[in-house]
Amino acid sequence: MPEYWDPEIETMPVEKLKKLQEIKLKELVHYVYEHSPFYKQRFDKHGVHPDDIKTLADLTKLPFTFKQDLRDTYPTGMFCVPNSKLARFHASSGTTGKPTVVGYTKNDLEEWADSLARAFTSVGIGKDDVLQISYGYGLFTGGLGVHYASEKVGASVLPTSSGNTERQIELMRDLGTTVLACTPSYFSYMIEAARKEGISLKADTKIKIGIFGAEPWSQELKSRIEKEAGIKAYDIYGTSELSGPLFTDCSEQCGIHIWADKYIVEILDPETGKPVPDGEQGELVITTLTKEALPLIRYRVRDLTRKFSEPCKCGRTHPRISRITGRSDDMLIIRGINVFPGQVESVLLKIPEVGEHFMLIVDRVGELDTMKVKIEMSESAFSDRMSDMMKLEQKVAAALKSVLNLAVKVELVEHGSLPRSTGKSKRVIDNRKTL
Amino acid sequence: MEITFLLNKMPLKKGVGMEEKIIKQISLFAENKPGRLAKVAEKLKSAEINIRAFTIAESGDFGIIRMVVDRSEAAHRVLHDAGFTVSETEVLGIEMEDLPGSMSRIAEVLGNANLNLDYAYAFITRAQKALLIVRVNEIKKAIQILQAQKIRLISMEELETL
Repeated sequence: MPEYWDPEIETMPVEKLKKLQEIKLKELVHYVYEHSPFYKQRFDKHGVHPDDIKTLADLTKLPFTFKQDLRDTYPTGMFCVPNSKLARFHASSGTTGKPTVVGYTKNDLEEWADSLARAFTSVGIGKDDVLQISYGYGLFTGGLGVHYASEKVGASVLPTSSGNTERQIELMRDLGTTVLACTPSYFSYMIEAARKEGISLKADTKIKIGIFGAEPWSQELKSRIEKEAGIKAYDIYGTSELSGPLFTDCSEQCGIHIWADKYIVEILDPETGKPVPDGEQGELVITTLTKEALPLIRYRVRDLTRKFSEPCKCGRTHPRISRITGRSDDMLIIRGINVFPGQVESVLLKIPEVGEHFMLIVDRVGELDTMKVKIEMSESAFSDRMSDMMKLEQKVAAALKSVLNLAVKVELVEHGSLPRSTGKSKRVIDNRKTL
Repeated sequence: MEITFLLNKMPLKKGVGMEEKIIKQISLFAENKPGRLAKVAEKLKSAEINIRAFTIAESGDFGIIRMVVDRSEAAHRVLHDAGFTVSETEVLGIEMEDLPGSMSRIAEVLGNANLNLDYAYAFITRAQKALLIVRVNEIKKAIQILQAQKIRLISMEELETL
């Protein structure tokens, strides 16, 4: 029998859930209109008043909010509560622009931990687990977000934060870590670092579950990680604006459960802003239903995913989304062709000779965009016959060409020559911007 | 044709003396950029490994370094530990007289037996002989055929003391 953190809510019939969303949405629009000058102005300009929102279907009458709004009102211009009501701040890394600040009331922190506690329970994490958190602690929401939810479900927390891989592996062995939370690229790096020390994560540690997120990754990488480390890998999802890491897939591994009593999910065509049908890729748009300090209305997350509305085999009735395959603003346009780094990863990881380590380099030669992929050579794939190596380059180029419809130059590089990261991995270098 | 005929007649000495005629060559993947060869050489120097034969095949961005050394296991380990992508490859060391026509004969013998050379490189030893290092598609067949033609193959042991 599956175990639930909050059985009543998690298995609530869909119609009842929708009713609950409707009630909360109506409260929310009045709340933001009255407490945030930003939202009042945005609603007025859009010609919509809270009283116009009578049913769930009226959601589409509301204006979108964007990351840019958070930047424009930096640091706290969108907040709905005074400082005296705030319990914590987090700030985004600002990798794609000016940092954004998120504020939390005590209740916001409670709701955040509750959301992730449901998720952790759904993958079988509980009081017998030792949960090692290799996400960064601090302004980044990963470390503290996972931390409080882990404590809530009764796990023993090992707050290693990121970096110092040797020590991470040592503690993992000595304290019997059963669950590890980090970015998928860092876990790949850990497998490799352990192997260099003669340690197999599969044979020499108790790790059985990996909670991976904070960057887009592919099914192929997931399968590879599961096999190499002998674990079950789960996706964790959330962004700092929505609070932090909030959701995971359940032990059925068929999509990330988005708690409908806390969040409304829409999947829209990024260009037209119109909804796409269930199962089709689009941009994730989220409305927060319980946040007090910084509620977001139809927030354009920019992450690309698909939605599945039918209840899950695990008995949970809340909608699911697929693993994030990329961001609508990660998209590269090369010679007029849309390329997502996730697509490239997907192709490369289907080729057994290619390891996890590769990098895309986009450049402009004269008027022509060029794309090059650097791939690290592994000992298992290395042949001292030049013809074998040329064949490998051609095989990779042909596989990429067939999927991307774009000629890609393949360059084999030495093992260990591409940068490793302990946080979000950087797989694309676009040199065109600096020209 | 002639050689195949001979082979069929001859009782096959299974594996006898075969393993020791196989030479372990060290092959290494290196990016084509300044300082890589120096790094390889430095690692070998620090482990006091002596290089017997050496060649680089290059293809624009990268090269494949192939070498025969006096202590191949030690070389493999030291290069691997230094982070290089390195492998051991089985090759043959064919002894030739340092005279015109020696190479021609060997090429003919291998060609007649339908053996394909992946690559070859040669050097001259202190004993006034020439040595041809080859990688062939069927190494055991090549050993049999060359030995049947009284062409001398050098062993790993001999190479170490060459």
